[in-house]
Amino acid sequence: MREMTCLECPRGCQLSIDEESLEVTGNSCEKGEAFARAEITNPVRVLTTTAVIESGTDAMLPVRTQDPIPKSRMFEAMRFIKSLRVKAPVEVGDVLVRDLVGTGVALIATKSVKK
Amino acid sequence: MYDLIVVGGGPAGLAAASAAWEKGVKKILILERDRELGGILNQCIHNGFGVKTFGEALSGPEYADRFERMVAESGIEVKTDTMVLDIDENRNVSAVNPVDGYVTYKAKAVILAMGCRERTRGAISIPGTRPAGIFSAGTAQRYMNIDGFMVGKRVVILGSGDIGLIMARRMTLEGAKVLACVEVMPVSSGLRANIARCLDDFGIPLLLSHTVTDIRGNKRITGVTVQEVDSRMVPIPGTEQYFDCDTLLLSVGLVPENELTKKAGIGLDPRTRGAYVFENRETENEGVFACGNVLHVHDLVDYVSEEARFAGEAVADYIENGERPKESFLLTTSGGVTYTVPQRIRKDSGMKLVNIYLRINRKVKKGDIVISADDMEIARYHKENLAPGEMITVALPSVLMQKVSGSDMMDVSLEEVP
Ligand SMILES: Cc1cc2nc3c(=O)[nH]c(=O)nc-3n(C[C@H](O)[C@H](O)[C@H](O)COP(=O)(O)OP(=O)(O)OC[C@H]3O[C@@H](n4cnc5c(N)ncnc54)[C@H](O)[C@@H]3O)c2cc1C
Repeated sequence: MREMTCLECPRGCQLSIDEESLEVTGNSCEKGEAFARAEITNPVRVLTTTAVIESGTDAMLPVRTQDPIPKSRMFEAMRFIKSLRVKAPVEVGDVLVRDLVGTGVALIATKSVKK
Repeated sequence: MYDLIVVGGGPAGLAAASAAWEKGVKKILILERDRELGGILNQCIHNGFGVKTFGEALSGPEYADRFERMVAESGIEVKTDTMVLDIDENRNVSAVNPVDGYVTYKAKAVILAMGCRERTRGAISIPGTRPAGIFSAGTAQRYMNIDGFMVGKRVVILGSGDIGLIMARRMTLEGAKVLACVEVMPVSSGLRANIARCLDDFGIPLLLSHTVTDIRGNKRITGVTVQEVDSRMVPIPGTEQYFDCDTLLLSVGLVPENELTKKAGIGLDPRTRGAYVFENRETENEGVFACGNVLHVHDLVDYVSEEARFAGEAVADYIENGERPKESFLLTTSGGVTYTVPQRIRKDSGMKLVNIYLRINRKVKKGDIVISADDMEIARYHKENLAPGEMITVALPSVLMQKVSGSDMMDVSLEEVP
């Protein structure tokens, strides 16, 4: 049995999963069940951070991965994002990198920054 | 003359103004002291906002952007870089900005939406020196996320509020070593999910019933001593651990920013540190409403938007129909309920259901929130997995209140269920 807190929504249900039968208890929706299974096979998280933006009204551009990426790739993704130099203007939702460090997941801007 | 002036352009002010606009209020002005709208959300770059409102987990700036667009597409007037200084009993709102200088605007209604700020170190007393490298978690968040400055490399966090937890992960991702998160209470006030994804994910220890008892360093902080505390929160001798660190972040809670409210002579509830309000979020001063974190500290911005929309609609009703009669029930709290918002419910509120937000003082697996008047139970709500860090909502049907005669008080209490 493994215990965990579900991260799908702010409710934070306390889940238990049987590592052999993969049976989940404590969840209040299907998302919780899928979350618990992923946690013991391939845990994923949405990564949020900032990138340097040039010639904009702000110094930093907040960004995030469009979908969750494997937890194990987070630091590699951080290093890559640090090397980025984004040029203003940028709109919320703009795709900055199509495939972030080979995860197949896009990196998007989460704020509009004018020139 | 404005119909409505909103003080503060954070999520509460934006949602309140748009709701009032949609209900037909025409001359609306938002006054914001920062250079941009969005309030504290601009620095909350992590995701998890809007799950209730939009069904997706947005980051703070994305969430703010949705509301800023609604405002931009309406005829609502906005003045940024504008600091409100005073509001008088006739709803004259005085403000300063670099373009207009000192100006006074008059309004039929005012919504207070100034948000909250962090408790500062002065509010808690730690012995030791006062070197550089001690920040409130929110200040560090602003430096990192808006200005792009890294605040330190080896970090101890005092307090396990959500901002502290979020910063533990943020600094770890940026390459810092977060040595521990230290919480004086036996439970964390942070959301369970934040403990899991911000501390557990990175193996950062959460030391419950511990506190910082000494700070070392002359110019820059060089370390802190952490000690376990007993049930009366007195440090236990012999439990000292020393952490070699260059940064101490304080995440010891938020306080509603109510200087303006106080100056306006509006009564504040010592439990929420926000104004006393009726069910429609009108304060004791006619035509002055309040919503969002200035009223009570919400844990989720979704509740802020919900409350603010409601206040905006109430203002539309007030402007059209005038103030409703003040006869009301005063809500008292007992059995571990620490506060309610609203504190008063009008007998003639014109509402079918009145939402009551409340908090409790301990963790409870199963419990009932019981509303009673004159020792007669009028409503009971069964709840599970309750915690001080998570706001509870109950919806009280007005028909049930009509059963109460002979009392102007209703009590809201918590009963544990085995
Ligand atoms: C540091 C921090 C981090 C947070 N992190 C999270 C989180 O991760 N998730 C979550 O759901 N919630 C979080 N919250 C809470 C969340 O941000 C709030 O629920 C929400 O922002 C509250 O909205 P608000 O509009 O009431 O206040 P705010 O966002 O604080 O907005 C208030 C606005 O009023 C303006 N103002 C104040 N006084 C004046 C004046 N005199 N004149 C003109 N303008 C004025 C301020 O500049 C500000 O823009 C956080 C809060 C803080 C303080």
